[in-house]
Amino acid sequence: MTRTAKNEPPGVVWLGTPHFPVAARTAVGDPQLRENLRRATTTIRSRRLAAVGELDDWEDLRTAGAAVKRAALRHLDTHLLRLEESVERAGGTVHWAADAAEANRIVTELVRATGEREVVKVKSMATQEIGLNEALSAAGITAYETDLAELIVQLADDRPSHILVPAIHKNRTEIRELFTTTMGQWGRPAPENLTADPAALAEAARLHLRERFLRARVAVSGANFACADTGTVVVVESEGNGRMCLTLPETLITVMGIEKVLPTFADLDVFLQLLPRSATGERMNPYTSMWTGTHDGDGPRDFHLVLLDNGRTATLRDTVGRQALACIRCSACLNVCPVYERTGGHAYGSPYPGPIGAVLTPQLAGIEHAPSLPFASTLCGACYDACPVKIDIPEVLLHLRARAVESKRGPLPSPEALVMKAAATTLASPRALAWAQRAAALGGRVLARRGVLRRLPGPLARWSASRDTAAPPRETFRAWWRRTHRRPGQ
Amino acid sequence: MSSRQEILTRIAGALRDVPEDEGAEAAPADRRSPVVRHPPDPVALFAERAAEYRAAVTRTTESEASAAIGAALAARSPARLVVPHGFPEAWLPARRTWQRLEDDPPLRPAQLDAADGALTTCALAVAETGTLVLDAGPGQGRRALTLLPDFHLCVLRSAQIAPDVPTALRGLDPCCPLTFVSGPSATSDIELERVEGVHGPRVLHIVIVEPDSRGADTHP
Amino acid sequence: MRIALFVTCLCDTLYPQTGKAVVALLERLGHRVDFPRAQTCCGQMHFNTGYRPEALPLVRGFADAFAGYDAVVTPSASCAGMVREHHRTLAVQYGEPELAAAVDRLAPRVHELSEFLVDVLGVTDVGAYFPHRVTYHPTCHSLRMLRTGDRPLRLLRAVRGIELVELPEAESCCGFGGTFALKNAEVSAAMLADKVRQVSASRADVLCAADSSCLLHIGGGLSRLRTGIGTRHLAEILAATEGAER
Ligand code: SF4
Repeated sequence: MTRTAKNEPPGVVWLGTPHFPVAARTAVGDPQLRENLRRATTTIRSRRLAAVGELDDWEDLRTAGAAVKRAALRHLDTHLLRLEESVERAGGTVHWAADAAEANRIVTELVRATGEREVVKVKSMATQEIGLNEALSAAGITAYETDLAELIVQLADDRPSHILVPAIHKNRTEIRELFTTTMGQWGRPAPENLTADPAALAEAARLHLRERFLRARVAVSGANFACADTGTVVVVESEGNGRMCLTLPETLITVMGIEKVLPTFADLDVFLQLLPRSATGERMNPYTSMWTGTHDGDGPRDFHLVLLDNGRTATLRDTVGRQALACIRCSACLNVCPVYERTGGHAYGSPYPGPIGAVLTPQLAGIEHAPSLPFASTLCGACYDACPVKIDIPEVLLHLRARAVESKRGPLPSPEALVMKAAATTLASPRALAWAQRAAALGGRVLARRGVLRRLPGPLARWSASRDTAAPPRETFRAWWRRTHRRPGQ
Repeated sequence: MSSRQEILTRIAGALRDVPEDEGAEAAPADRRSPVVRHPPDPVALFAERAAEYRAAVTRTTESEASAAIGAALAARSPARLVVPHGFPEAWLPARRTWQRLEDDPPLRPAQLDAADGALTTCALAVAETGTLVLDAGPGQGRRALTLLPDFHLCVLRSAQIAPDVPTALRGLDPCCPLTFVSGPSATSDIELERVEGVHGPRVLHIVIVEPDSRGADTHP
Repeated sequence: MRIALFVTCLCDTLYPQTGKAVVALLERLGHRVDFPRAQTCCGQMHFNTGYRPEALPLVRGFADAFAGYDAVVTPSASCAGMVREHHRTLAVQYGEPELAAAVDRLAPRVHELSEFLVDVLGVTDVGAYFPHRVTYHPTCHSLRMLRTGDRPLRLLRAVRGIELVELPEAESCCGFGGTFALKNAEVSAAMLADKVRQVSASRADVLCAADSSCLLHIGGGLSRLRTGIGTRHLAEILAATEGAER
């Protein structure tokens, strides 16, 4: 897969990843990858449909989820201040980070203050986004991923390709191979004669990580939700590595995007139903942990909450694009996306792949850093239908396409802009259109063999590479109407 | 300017379209509370759903509870069992073949890891999703106790079973650390195939204690 | 009822038979259809590719061409969707309240063919005869933008002689996506290959859909792979009658 230099700091946009169309071409050409993705997405799609179909008020839940999130974003400052107050009242410390560098600095200093050189991590999109592991490593601190899929990605020196199942692009045989060859370099080696049975692979990860959990003094996590009224932070997970990290160490550092705040603890009644069913197609995920500041004699003695902006306030400024901040990272939109299914996550060049990535990455990083992503969609609308918080992803894609085009307009129009301009002029007048149609019909019939165009000129060659096109008919509809209907039309 | 101030200023600038008088408190019109479900038999539903996620489930009555718990333990024959303070004495099996660890003084992680299981109560349960909720109350202890040992035996009364998630949430106090447990730990990270048992307890056994039916003295 | 046909620039140029079928069908059902000659294009390609200023004059042209009709019928779900969902966006974005008002008056009267037949005219049996094995691909815009639901299938089921066969994974996108097919040609081709495989698996002789653009794309793939499976727009099947079969 597309992979850039190892020591490069990743971020919202992975430096060195080619534009989506180029990266996607490579991915589409990899039959193993396509097969892995097809199997995985097909499985999870049907599971989600079953879990969602069980609730007759699913549509109302989606509406409520969208309403709560959108209203919360409209008063984000109020809720964040309230969250800060609640967390501190409960014994936690709140930090504010304007960008990735600041968040990394805060976390690094907090870890340094403990004197530790190792941290255990719960899977977190926010720390992926800021490249925390690399920043810690530059400061001489090793971050150990403990989520099975994140562990796979870390051992492979790879990048995540899915929000929820970061190693979705790898199959069991590849994982067995990886465990056997690399686990020993990081800690306890894989058992001898490890098989490719997922249960055996999970067991190998359990053994590999157990001793690390028992030793860990500092953990870093993300957060799925944080409730402003109570200061309660929520982590939703499956494997129990989250519980290990959230309970055993003495210091817990949680990095959370500012958009994750919910006004009240009571709002969880909607989200704890929406998230597991949309994400893994389960009625409820195996473990959900909620903590409020610090708890005497139970869990970490120090709790730090780092509130991360890193492009979120810029996204908030766009009244159409802002809805992308409502995302609860369930990844349902990835699983139903026909483009994601063919390309996988790496082609999106960001920790946020798929439809949500196509609308979030350009907003967080700036459209000029990801101008091809809003075009990485057929606008089929499957993502919108699946989204538990009703983010109208096609609407935001269209909006960002316009922004991408505007940002590129300069004194010298691009070839595409010239074509679009010419087409607009032609289509603006029925006469010009009729003239162009005659020209196209003539040209088409010249190129056609037995009425079929097999190879088209210029950029249309990309079209004719896999499709035949019927030659244009001799008579357009317009011409036919004029010939047969003497009564003039309007 | 501190980053805190900077971020707050950016947010205020970004939200200029929001009318001044729009309150942060007002629940949006579309925010309806989720429907409360009324399953005809919440206990049966809970038992069924918990079992679907590969938890072992035993239904028993108050007077049979200690025997049922004893039987559940016998299947595992633990040598050292964590039983936190406040676990109802009446539920403890009469014949004890194991050493009780009470976490007082607190056990070190390695000691907990070496324990063979944990026997606890819970705060409540959710029928629709087959979920147990722990809140570190009496009989449950701190969170690590039900995490490190590989076997968790959880006992609850049928009256603690809420029909659905919204009802359950209303019965919880976020001042306590809360853990929602739905089956044993699991992962679907490899080809999305679900595998039970990763880092949390690989075996979860739930004992549901129902009231003795009237005339309970006639039970066999 | 004054009915106008919006034939769409694509059908006008490449598939006149589809437009003729709509006219024939509606006339057979006893309605007179006009073709306002000032019409050109709904602006979808420009809008969907991000060229909004270029799309604006097309919105204006559409509103002018079709003002005054009780109903505008089009054999394209995605063009109907463009008018109903996005013309207003453009008028508002470029500060044209009068145009926005015109769009608001017109948009609800713009119907995709199957909607018009089932919802406005209240017919599902249009008296068609089409003795072939047909499979139906619900295009994304008919399915998820217009939400035409099972209207096209209800119309098809009432066609005499037809053998309707199921299309596996029918609701997955064919990969056309307008300029997507050029910008992301390989991904589009990969999606097309899967769709072609499913159409072949259906064992149909004819693939039917309610959008000529998707048919152009899938039909191009079916032809390239010499599957022998033809394509027909929904309008053409509904217009076909005994003895007059094309
Ligand atoms: S955009 Fe919606 S569907 Fe996609 S990950 Fe976010 S919440 Fe889930």
